[in-house]
Amino acid sequence: MKKGSSITDKIFKYVAIGAATYVLVIIVLIVINLTTGSAQVWQKEGISFLTGSDWNSVDGRESYGAAPYIMGTLVNAGIAMAIAIPLSFGIAMFLSELAPKLLRTPLAMVIELLAAIPSVVYGLWGLLVFRTYIQNWIEIPLHNLFGDQSIIFAGTPFGLDILTASIVLAIMIIPTIASISKEIMLAVPNSQREAAYMLGATKWEVFRIAVLPYSKSGLIGAIILGLGRAVGETMAVTMLIGNATGAAAFPSSLFGPGQTLSSIMANEFAEASQGGLHLAALIGIGLILFLLAFAINVIAHLLVAKVIKSHEGAVLA
Amino acid sequence: MTNKVIMGLTLMLILIVPTMSLHASAQTSQSYTITGAGSTFVFPLMDTWRVEYNKIHQNINLNYQSIGSGAGIKLLEQKSVDFAASDAPLSVSEAAQAPGALTLPDSIGGITIAYNLPGIDKGLKLTGPVIAQIFLGNITSWNDPALVSLNPGVNLPSQKIIIAHRSDGSGTTYAFTDYLSKVSPDWKSKVGEGKTVPWPVGTGGSGNAGVATIVKSTPYAIGYIELAYVFQNKMTYAFVQNADGTSFVEPTIDTVAADAAAAGSNLPAADSDWSQVSIVNQPGSNSYPISTLTYVMVYKDLSVVNGETQDRSNEVVNFLNYIVHDGQQYASGLLYVPLPDAIKKIDEDGLAKVTFNGGAVPEFGPISILVLAIAIMSIIAVSYKTGFRFNPKI
Repeated sequence: MKKGSSITDKIFKYVAIGAATYVLVIIVLIVINLTTGSAQVWQKEGISFLTGSDWNSVDGRESYGAAPYIMGTLVNAGIAMAIAIPLSFGIAMFLSELAPKLLRTPLAMVIELLAAIPSVVYGLWGLLVFRTYIQNWIEIPLHNLFGDQSIIFAGTPFGLDILTASIVLAIMIIPTIASISKEIMLAVPNSQREAAYMLGATKWEVFRIAVLPYSKSGLIGAIILGLGRAVGETMAVTMLIGNATGAAAFPSSLFGPGQTLSSIMANEFAEASQGGLHLAALIGIGLILFLLAFAINVIAHLLVAKVIKSHEGAVLA
Repeated sequence: MTNKVIMGLTLMLILIVPTMSLHASAQTSQSYTITGAGSTFVFPLMDTWRVEYNKIHQNINLNYQSIGSGAGIKLLEQKSVDFAASDAPLSVSEAAQAPGALTLPDSIGGITIAYNLPGIDKGLKLTGPVIAQIFLGNITSWNDPALVSLNPGVNLPSQKIIIAHRSDGSGTTYAFTDYLSKVSPDWKSKVGEGKTVPWPVGTGGSGNAGVATIVKSTPYAIGYIELAYVFQNKMTYAFVQNADGTSFVEPTIDTVAADAAAAGSNLPAADSDWSQVSIVNQPGSNSYPISTLTYVMVYKDLSVVNGETQDRSNEVVNFLNYIVHDGQQYASGLLYVPLPDAIKKIDEDGLAKVTFNGGAVPEFGPISILVLAIAIMSIIAVSYKTGFRFNPKI
């Protein structure tokens, strides 16, 4: 009996170690591949691959700078997060604090269902349906009101631009953030709420003094998951963002076409000539995206750690 | 007389039955899958060829993956497909990676300038330099003097031009920018030609469908879209001035074919450098100037392809011969432009050069030749015996 259990123990140990190394090996391999694949472009462009805004793959004039796409990714994800976070927290607050029990389960299911819609469906819907509404109800009135003098509303509004891509992206990440936030808020022990009510707090005050501090670290985690999807999202963004290249892609106006790191790869990878500088530049874009995602994760972990530290008592309670 | 007819029919039966069984045995003897990859543009036509060829040769299947021209060429370089299909010729560097690859034109595409002007039908007149100025962002309004003077009597609106272009790398972009570089020095110096170019202005849509969606749903938009796509979606498109400057030509299968035919005599042989080949802007009063060839690339010595055998290489050559000859009949039905004779000749000469380990690959397999010989003999015998004539008596 003892012998048998030690063998299974060993098997279990090695399987677990194997599974854990698999993750590390894959990440190392990805980094090696991206680095060697893009070495050519780093050698030619140097740091201006990060800071330059010229993107030209015409034979004999090749020059690559990723700055407009890095900015495009950050702006696009930033606007999407600005829309999605308040809405998601509102949904989560309603479901965990206000909704009658009968409504809670079906509503939560519907939100999780939204998370399961493939991004190409969101993209097509945005392209064929939603953009005309944005164009007619948001962009044209704003453009007429502020005109070309204001930088962020300049350009010809016709629906395929940074604004539409960001709004659709926000719709896509709301279910992720909302459903995780709801779970986290529900996990707050009722004793916390009851204590606050006992002090005579209103519903909002209960949320603010009892639920929010207790669930802060989890909520940041939910935001990070949403941000991860926003930064990496390719299909829907490519269909909606307008796909300008080079300096024209610099996100100066909400109504101008842009380009993100993932969409430029999706657009140009299939026809980039093999072994050439263009392909190396696209792989270099992949490396930048990888590092960006890595940086976001590290910052997120630091944030969560800091929050946990400042509310140590609450978490341990 | 009736005796003769009966005799003839009996003879026919006797002769046809063995040929049929021979044919059948040839079909069941060995089946092959020919592999190809590349261009998405040619996929509908390639798929029709697959189905139609399989009806005649049931033992031959085609596995064609429309993964994009660039990716198709990569697979050719890795020698893992029998042929690649591409919308653009091999560049010098690509040709160096695939030594000994033949370039065989398999179809012709036309690129239209589609627009969405409420109340204005197809037929807006444009010249090459004006198109270049629009896509450079120098002509920004529909009632620009340059457009008005080309189109007297057309009530052009005072609206901003919304420009749509391809966001993905594409042979359509290559042909369009190739044309603009030929007709506009301004375009050549500022943008140039390629599958992806640095567009100074405009919004990118993915694929012909993406550009068409933008143009169709956005008033005052303009974009360049492949001919077949524009016809199928009933879009309005411009007539473009021909190279001679004598007329504004409507894009149709015939006018694109006229342009390709005019280019046909100047094209290189299949085994030479095609990187500079372009058929845009050819002379002729009826030549629509924005046209492009699409190609299949195949190795001159098929033995370099991984897993290739002598028999299979025969079938590859047979299939490519079918594409060039009988297969062309399906082109116009799918709104592709059939190859003119001058280009077919290039393909024939090229395919004749295909070898396997240095030995020539016969255009027909020996069994097919046998079947053909018996069929011809039987026809001659029957018509001789029965007194039938090939030409009707007058």
